[in-house]
Amino acid sequence: MPDNALPDPVAAKPAATPRKHAARAGEEIFAKAIDPRVVARFFGFLRPYRFMIVISIVAVLVFTLTQIAVPLVIRYVIDKALPAAAGGLAARGNAVHLLGLAVGGFFAVALVNYASNYCQQTWVAVTAERVLIDMRRAMYSHLQQVSLSFMDRTQVGQLMSRLQGDVGALQEFLESSIFAIGDLALLIGIIIVLLAMDAELGLLTLSVVPILVLVRAIWLPAAKRAFLRARETSSIVNSALAENINGVRTVQEMSREGFNFAAFREKAAENYRTHLRATRLAQVMVPTVDTLTGAAMAIVILVGGNRVLEGTLEVGVVVAFLFYVQRFFDPIRSLTMQYSVMQQATASGQRIFEVLDVPVDLKDRPGAIDLMKSRNPGEGTVEFRNVTFGYVAGLPILKNVSFSVAPGETVALVGPTGSGKTSTMALLHRFYDVWEGQVLIGGRDVRDLQQESLGRHIAMVLQEPFLFTGSVIDNIRYREALASREVVERAARAVGAHDFIARLPQGYDTVLGQRGVNLSIGQRQLLSFARAIVADAGILILDEATASVDSFTERAIQTALEKTLVGRTGLIIAHRLATIRGADRIIVLQEGRIVEQGTHAQLLAMGGLYHRLHAMNVASFDDLPANRH
Amino acid sequence: MALRYRVRFPAAVLAVIGAATFQLLIPRFLGGAIDHAASMLAAAGGEDATLIAAAKSALLGSALMVLGTAIMRGVFTLAHNYLAESIGQSFGYELRLSFFEKLQRLSFSYHDRIHSGDLITRGMLDIEGVRRFIESGVMRLFQLAVLIGLGAYLYMGQDLILGALCVSFVPFALWRGVVFRLRVRALWREFQERMSVLTRIMEENLAGIRVVRAFAAQKHEMQKFDDWQQRTLAPAIDMVRVRYFNTSMMTFSYFVAMGLVLWFGGLRVIDGQITVGELTQFLVFMTVLQMPVRQVGMVINGYARASVSGARMFEILDLEPAIRDRQGAPALKIGAAALAFENVSFSYQGFASEHTVEGITFAIEAGQTLGIVGPPGSGKSTIAHLIPRFYDVTGGRITIDGQDIREVTLDSLRAQVGVVQQDTFLFKTEVRENVCYGEPGAEDDRVVEAADTAQLHDYVAGLPEGYDTLVGERGLSLSGGQRQRLSIARSVLLTPRIIVFDDSTAAIDAGTELRIRESLKELNRSRATIIISHRLSSLMHADEILFLEEGRIVERGSHAELLAQQGPHLGRYRRLFDLQMGLARDNAHAR
Repeated sequence: MPDNALPDPVAAKPAATPRKHAARAGEEIFAKAIDPRVVARFFGFLRPYRFMIVISIVAVLVFTLTQIAVPLVIRYVIDKALPAAAGGLAARGNAVHLLGLAVGGFFAVALVNYASNYCQQTWVAVTAERVLIDMRRAMYSHLQQVSLSFMDRTQVGQLMSRLQGDVGALQEFLESSIFAIGDLALLIGIIIVLLAMDAELGLLTLSVVPILVLVRAIWLPAAKRAFLRARETSSIVNSALAENINGVRTVQEMSREGFNFAAFREKAAENYRTHLRATRLAQVMVPTVDTLTGAAMAIVILVGGNRVLEGTLEVGVVVAFLFYVQRFFDPIRSLTMQYSVMQQATASGQRIFEVLDVPVDLKDRPGAIDLMKSRNPGEGTVEFRNVTFGYVAGLPILKNVSFSVAPGETVALVGPTGSGKTSTMALLHRFYDVWEGQVLIGGRDVRDLQQESLGRHIAMVLQEPFLFTGSVIDNIRYREALASREVVERAARAVGAHDFIARLPQGYDTVLGQRGVNLSIGQRQLLSFARAIVADAGILILDEATASVDSFTERAIQTALEKTLVGRTGLIIAHRLATIRGADRIIVLQEGRIVEQGTHAQLLAMGGLYHRLHAMNVASFDDLPANRH
Repeated sequence: MALRYRVRFPAAVLAVIGAATFQLLIPRFLGGAIDHAASMLAAAGGEDATLIAAAKSALLGSALMVLGTAIMRGVFTLAHNYLAESIGQSFGYELRLSFFEKLQRLSFSYHDRIHSGDLITRGMLDIEGVRRFIESGVMRLFQLAVLIGLGAYLYMGQDLILGALCVSFVPFALWRGVVFRLRVRALWREFQERMSVLTRIMEENLAGIRVVRAFAAQKHEMQKFDDWQQRTLAPAIDMVRVRYFNTSMMTFSYFVAMGLVLWFGGLRVIDGQITVGELTQFLVFMTVLQMPVRQVGMVINGYARASVSGARMFEILDLEPAIRDRQGAPALKIGAAALAFENVSFSYQGFASEHTVEGITFAIEAGQTLGIVGPPGSGKSTIAHLIPRFYDVTGGRITIDGQDIREVTLDSLRAQVGVVQQDTFLFKTEVRENVCYGEPGAEDDRVVEAADTAQLHDYVAGLPEGYDTLVGERGLSLSGGQRQRLSIARSVLLTPRIIVFDDSTAAIDAGTELRIRESLKELNRSRATIIISHRLSSLMHADEILFLEEGRIVERGSHAELLAQQGPHLGRYRRLFDLQMGLARDNAHAR
């Protein structure tokens, strides 16, 4: 399944040479400009907003028209209204009238400009905001469905950068593309107006455009390299920072502050240098564009001026030209920038659609059964029928495993590390699908059941307790959000957590820090245990849930567990044998096969693997005087 | 700031003034050229050849001046932009370093309270926001002020009314700008706060996806997510509205001013008071102002962001680490490594009174071992964290060879104290680097030796890339037991004179643990050892064992003494032992 593993966007993997490394990361940040597949799918997200987008584009075009109109009004004033004054008082009146009309027209243009300006910017930005939200939601909701084997392979940080950075890049792209339409229209509009006013002068003025395009074509590759490098150093600095924040306790324990600071300073300095280099390259364009603007203006003055002198051109045309020339380079500049925005967006789009393309292997079959709707005593039966399963093709973890657990029975799984205990539990919950064989609950294949109802039927206490930011009570009633305080408290009492919770500043309402950092690991395990009890499910799974609690607490839990398990099916994994001694039956796994089965006494009597494991776990007691025979 | 960039800052100011001056000269030359063309035409009717020749050469002159001025403007703009960026980058660089420095020094109690994602956001986005504003905002505002100020001066000098009309939109635009700034700042903060909640929700969901799946809580999680997405959307849309409402008002006021210039200027041309060229000059002057007017919105937006970000940054930069070296503190002088707790008490500020310890007194020295047992939350780890001063005691004192640990430098203290934690943080680098994390560049044989002591060597040596295997994010994932062994190796390598094992073998099976203990035996002669464990077999050889409950020592003594204790309130250790021993007896029976 490694085919749907995500390639890392920042690509910090070591490469043969730094150059090569930069080039490779470059390909990933700036993908090829247009990937039709990405574009097509991106359009899918725009569909709900097509009306908004269309009227946004209309507003953009109207706005562009008003921009083109302004110099024309000025030209009209200079060429038509003002010369009308030549020739007496009546002419003056006429001129003032014409001027008044023109200025009135100007205000009208300004008003339309204002309205269209507000509309285009707001509509575009709001639409882009909504598209961003939709895309993030699509990705997030997809991640709730994809198989755990995908999530196992993928780093949270990597997904987060897609949920935040990459959707942001697409949002920016959407905004700038709609404005790019305006830029393009402006450019074409100006060219048309220039040529219409005077073809010769227009052509001469436009002659600077190919020069600019040429210069930019030469400049772009070099600049792009510099920009890339700058981005790369930024991500290096940021990931160094993130790692230091996450590992700050270890850093302080090991007194590495000085060393890490020096290393970080080096990275930050490199980041500083590369950014300055990128700036130098970016800024080179400024005098270039200014020089070309100056040249275009000089052409207008020289050629236009002479034509005016010859009487073949009106002054107002020259003035209008000067206005247009000043505005002329803006759209060219933003359009060339648009190209790299597009490249970035394509790369981001690819990364987003990669996530959306991860197949949901574990889907509810049509007509899947809701396990909760047909609660009958048989639902507690668990059966593994010739199950073979693994995470990597060709490397099965479980090999032809068969066993069954009767309703109400408690079965313990033991075995050395890597024998497949945790995988067995994961299969029961259908975190993964089996390769071969069947997992059955209440006689039904788990693949025929609604996953949601499966989750409600099984409560798990996982190996690593995971708490959410929020109050203690909300963590305990994580699944039963409406569970009453009494229910929560009863569960907490049952696992021996009530006392310490009661001593917290706000008791059950105390808000836990990140992942419950202000609790000890043992306490976190107790809370996650209480959570499973509140879930009140028919099947309870414990995956080495009490590794970090002391034996007293463990015994208290044991008692609670025995009570809780009455009428429920229990499956327990533990290293410590005390946890499993209460089990009705013990299954011993080794290298993915069941090697022994029976009660504690039966297994000890067998003198096999269980016996050896058992002896090993208490071996350290052997040198005790009290225990010496 | 101006002080710290002694050369670049004044240079940037000069560049801004230079660029503005040349920028403002362009309309003059253009207007002049129009006049040459138009007035000559009017005066001579296109007939007088000498006048036309003069006009032509004047036109050439104007054209060259315009070109030259444009080039100069470009050069000065380049200088200004570059200097501004350079100042901004230097500022960002320094801010980044002080942020990094600060958060490395902030004590555990601070890091306990703050979410690491929040710190990362500050270190990435907030620094960037502040930097960008310094770079483009501050200088651009200055540029705008110079353009308008200098322009108003020049053009009002030429024609008071027209000049005043040209800049008449400025007060209105300023007013809108101020309103905008106030509104957007509040919205930006709201957005930022909600966004950080959303980030946390997503991050926790993904990190805890197994719990989410195990409890079939996807619906619940989606609801939470949708709820907060909507909450971030509201201020985002409000920001858009406020921003564009005000910026389009600004642009509108600009165009109104331009219309007025056209109106009054036109009238004056009609009345022959000014030439067409002069009118052109004022109109072109207005186009010079158009770009900055458009940018004002961006600058204000950047300012709103930067001031919120800046506040978040300085919140951290202004913190004083609660735990730091006393002025002129000497280095720890280590002798027998005699560690003593004298009636120590401690409580976490603001949280979890249950973590409190009280009246803890004990003493050990090199060659001795202290064992600590007790239920979860009884304060075992707290004691471990007090020794290297991750937290400072709130009562009593801790001494090492007679020196109060608060009176010596942190570095010298931590060099002598090793704590092997329950949780092991792996850095995404090679196994080797992870083992010698506390002593970068330690010799290979020492790394191997430390790994061997921790019973990790055989496993690592068996990996295809051995000690060069990458671990941590995207690298090899180690099991809980392997991580704990790596953590032990990490501490052992540093040969601290005082070592604390904080339940650091919970995930290691008893057999392996026994071997680790065997290999540590030799080393332990020269160091004081504290073992915190739930497994009595790990610590029953200790010289003294403390039984902790609710932060107090309720029983103490050697293993044998504790077993012999009788009495109504005593015997916890014995009961615990019996509980764990029960297994051994069963085992014996079975045999």
